[in-house]
Amino acid sequence: MLTPATETEASDIIRAHAEIRTPIHIRGGGTRAGFGNLVNAAATLSSSGLTGITAYNPAEMVMTARAGTPVAEIEAALAANGQGMAFEPMDHRAVMGTTGTPTIGGLFAVNSSGPRRFTAGAARDHLLGIRFVNGTGELVKAGGRVMKNVTGLDLVKLLAGSYGTLGFLTEVTFKVLPTPKTTATILISGLEDETAVRAMAAAMSMSVEVSGAAHLPESVRGRFLGSTLPEGPVTVLRLEGLAASVAVRADKLEAAMTGFGPVTRLGADESEVLWREIRDVAPYADSTDRPLWRVSMAPSRGHELVAGLRLRAGVDAFYDWQGGLIWMRMEADPEADILRHGIRSLGGGHATLLRANPEIRTATPAFEPQSRPVALLSERIRGKLDPHGIFNPGLMTSGVSR
Amino acid sequence: MTEAIAFLPPRADVLARRAEILADLRELVPPGRLVEENNALVPFETDGFIAYRRRPLAVVLPETTAQVAAVMKYCHRYGIPVVPRGAGTSLSGGAIPQEDAVVLGLSAMTRILDVDYANRTATVQAGVTNLAISDAVGSDGFFYAPDPSSQLACTIGGNIGMNSGGAHCLKYGVTTNNLLGVKLVLVDGTVVDLGGQHLDSEGYDLLGLVCGSEGQLGIVTEATVRLLAKPEGARPVLFGFESAEAAGSCVADVIGAGIIPVAIEFMDKPAIQICEAFAKAGYPLDVEALLIVEVEGSEAEMDAMLASIVAIAKTHGVKTVRECQSATEAALIWKGRKSAFGATGRIADYICMDGTVPLSQLADVLKKTAEIVDRYGLRVANVFHAGDGNMHPLILYNINDPQDAAKAEAAGMEILKLCVDAGGCLTGEHGVGIEKRDLMRHQFSDIDLAQQMAVRSAFDEGWILNPSKVFPLEGRG
Repeated sequence: MLTPATETEASDIIRAHAEIRTPIHIRGGGTRAGFGNLVNAAATLSSSGLTGITAYNPAEMVMTARAGTPVAEIEAALAANGQGMAFEPMDHRAVMGTTGTPTIGGLFAVNSSGPRRFTAGAARDHLLGIRFVNGTGELVKAGGRVMKNVTGLDLVKLLAGSYGTLGFLTEVTFKVLPTPKTTATILISGLEDETAVRAMAAAMSMSVEVSGAAHLPESVRGRFLGSTLPEGPVTVLRLEGLAASVAVRADKLEAAMTGFGPVTRLGADESEVLWREIRDVAPYADSTDRPLWRVSMAPSRGHELVAGLRLRAGVDAFYDWQGGLIWMRMEADPEADILRHGIRSLGGGHATLLRANPEIRTATPAFEPQSRPVALLSERIRGKLDPHGIFNPGLMTSGVSR
Repeated sequence: MTEAIAFLPPRADVLARRAEILADLRELVPPGRLVEENNALVPFETDGFIAYRRRPLAVVLPETTAQVAAVMKYCHRYGIPVVPRGAGTSLSGGAIPQEDAVVLGLSAMTRILDVDYANRTATVQAGVTNLAISDAVGSDGFFYAPDPSSQLACTIGGNIGMNSGGAHCLKYGVTTNNLLGVKLVLVDGTVVDLGGQHLDSEGYDLLGLVCGSEGQLGIVTEATVRLLAKPEGARPVLFGFESAEAAGSCVADVIGAGIIPVAIEFMDKPAIQICEAFAKAGYPLDVEALLIVEVEGSEAEMDAMLASIVAIAKTHGVKTVRECQSATEAALIWKGRKSAFGATGRIADYICMDGTVPLSQLADVLKKTAEIVDRYGLRVANVFHAGDGNMHPLILYNINDPQDAAKAEAAGMEILKLCVDAGGCLTGEHGVGIEKRDLMRHQFSDIDLAQQMAVRSAFDEGWILNPSKVFPLEGRG
C-alpha cells in the first residue's frame, strides 16, 4: 500500500506509474471496498496519509480538509460549532462488512449521501472545491471555497462520484450547515407500499419542510429501533429545526396524515437513531454477501418496480427519499436483467450492485449500463483526465480496453 | 468604443459560403425560422453585455429538438461555429455571436411539457422563462427556486448554461442543485438524455458538468427541474447600518448563530439612493449600508427567527429596523432590490461585476473596491447577495466616452482580481463569457486551465460551440 504524506509524493508516485502504464487501485480508508466492478491493479494508493483540517471558519459555513482526514474527525470539529454535513453521508461499514476508517475524500469520491439528500442535495452539491492529481501526475485544482462559483467548467461535480477513476483527490472544500436543533418523526402505521408512496408525496407537497421520508415494510420493521416500532409496515416522516417550529409543524403534519392511517410520534433521541439506521441500511447489515442493490427512480415508480420483481424473484426492499431510493436485497440471484429492464420500463433511473459474492460481482456490471453515446462520451472524458487508464481500471465500466 | 476583448478571427471560408449555408439551413428548419436579413440580425448582435457586438452569419430559431439536432449536425460537418442563445440576458457576453457563427436561438421552444406534483418535477423546453415555471405551478402551492433578477425574461436553457443563481439561493441553492435532467444535443447532432426524474447519476456526473458550461458542451433543449412546496409565509426585513463593516459582521454573526435566512441582500449608499429614487420602496437614505433579510415559515417561526436576527443586528449598532406589515410592503422592498440594475441604467451607463469572496473578506473587499473605482475617477454602487459572498459592484460610466469606457473596464478587471486574491472567484452567477475570459489565468494555473479545456474538447473536439468564450484564446486543443 502506497500512502503518500504530501501532494508532491502522491504526484511522483502517479507519474511513475503513468510512465510505465501500471494501473493503481485508488482508495481512502477502504471502508467502501467492494464498490464497483473488480479492479485488477498491482499497486494500491491510499489517501490515508494525507490528513488534517486545513481551514474552517464556522461563520463562512465552509471547511477544507485533506482527503484522508477521518470523517469522524471532521464531524467532531463541526459538531463543536453546531454544524454538520447536511447531506448525511452514509457509513458503509456495517452493510459492506468492512472495517477501517471512512475518509472525507472517499466520501466525496463515491458521492455518499443519506436520507436528507432528496431535499438538501447530494454530497456533490455541497462540494465546492477540490485538489487532485490527474493520471499523468499533474496537480490540478478546481472550484473554490465560495458558495457560488461559475468560473469555468465544474470539474468538481465531475470528480465527485467518479470512484477514483478520474483523479486522486488530495484535498476537498465543502459547504457545512447548522445542525438542526431538534428532530421529530411522524409514524403512520399499516400502509401498503403504494399508499405509503402517496402519503409521502402528500407530505412533501405541504409547507412543513419534511427532511426525511421513508417507508419500512413489515419485513424490515423489526430491524429498526430494537424492534420497538409499532406493528405492521410503517411510513416515517422527519421534521427538523427549532423546537417550537418542529412542534407546530409536527401537529400540522399529523393532522394531515391521520387520513392515511394511525399516527404516532417519535421524539428527538429515537428519531436520531432511526434515521441513522435508515441511512446505514441497518436491515441488510446482516453479515452476508447476499446481493444488495441501491436503486434510484422517480419516487412514484419505485414501489411498482418492487411489486413487479416480487412476482419473479426473491426480493426484500425498503424505501427512502419518498420512495425514490430503494434498498433491495435479493435472496440469491442478483436478477440484474429483470431489475434493469424493470427500471427502463418504468421511466428510467439506475441500479447499482453494492454488495455480492465474488462470483456474482465478476459476472454482473455494478453500474447501470449507459446509452452508447453517453458511454463513449464518458470514456473520452476519462481519456482527458487519465490518458493511460491507470486509475481503478474497469471499476466503473466493464473493463473497456483502450 | 473600446475593443479590449479579442474575438477569434472569423473563418474566411465560412464567410465566403454564406449564401450556400443559408440555403442549406433553410432546408433544416420550418419557414420563418431562419433569420438572414441584415436588419433582422441586429437584435442578435449582442446580449446584456452591450459594450460588444458582432453580426452573426445567420440565426436559426428551431421549434423542436430534431431541428436543433439537424442544425448541429450540419454545422459540425462544415466546421461552422454555433452560438446558443436563450433570451439574450447574459451580462458577461455569453451569447454574443461572431461573424462566422450561426446563432442557435431556443426562444421559440416555450412549451411546459410535464408537471408532476407526486414527484415534484417539471419538464420544460429550453426557451421557457424562469418565472413561467413558478407561475405555472404557483396556484397549486409549488415553485421553482433559483430566481435570477432577470427571471421574467431569462430562459431555463440560459439558466442552465450559466448555472444561474439569485437572491434566494442562500437556502435553496443555484441551478445545478435544482436540475434533475436535460435533453442535450451533442456537437455532432446526437441527442442524449442526462438524468431524469430520479436523483444522482448512473455514471460520471455529466449533468453537473453541463450545468454552467456556457453553451460549450452541447445544446440543452429540454430540462427536468425540481419543484418545491411553497413556504407558508415569507417576510423580508430592512436593516440600516452606519457602515458596511457593521452590516458585514452582522451577516457573519447571523450565520454563525446557526440561522439561515432564505436571502440576505446588501446595498451600499449609492445603490440605496438609486433604487429608492426609482422604486420608492421606503429605503432609509441616512444609512451607509442596508440589508434585506428574508425569513420563511409559519408566523410563529418567522417571529422567532426575526427576534434572534434583530438581537444580533443590535449588537452591530443597527440604525433602522423595518419589519413589513403587509404583502404589499414586502413586495415593495423586493421591487427596490430587483430593479437595482434597471434603476442604475436610468442614471448612467454601467458595467455590473460579479465576483465572489469568502464572507470574512467582504468588508475589506468593499473598501478596496471603493479605492479602485475612486482611483479611476468613476463611481460605484454595490448591491449583492451577502449570504453567499456574491458581489455585484455596478461601475458607472459614460458609454459614449471611449476613455471613460476603457477606465470602467479596467477598474472592473482590477476588482475581479481583488476578489480572486481574497480567496474568491471571478464569477458567481453571470458566467465568464467574453468578459472574464482573459482573467481565467488569474484564478487558475496553466495546468488547471488545460485540464478544463481538455474536458471541454472531449465534447467538442473542433471547438465550434461558442468558441470565443470562457477560455483564453491561446493554448486550446
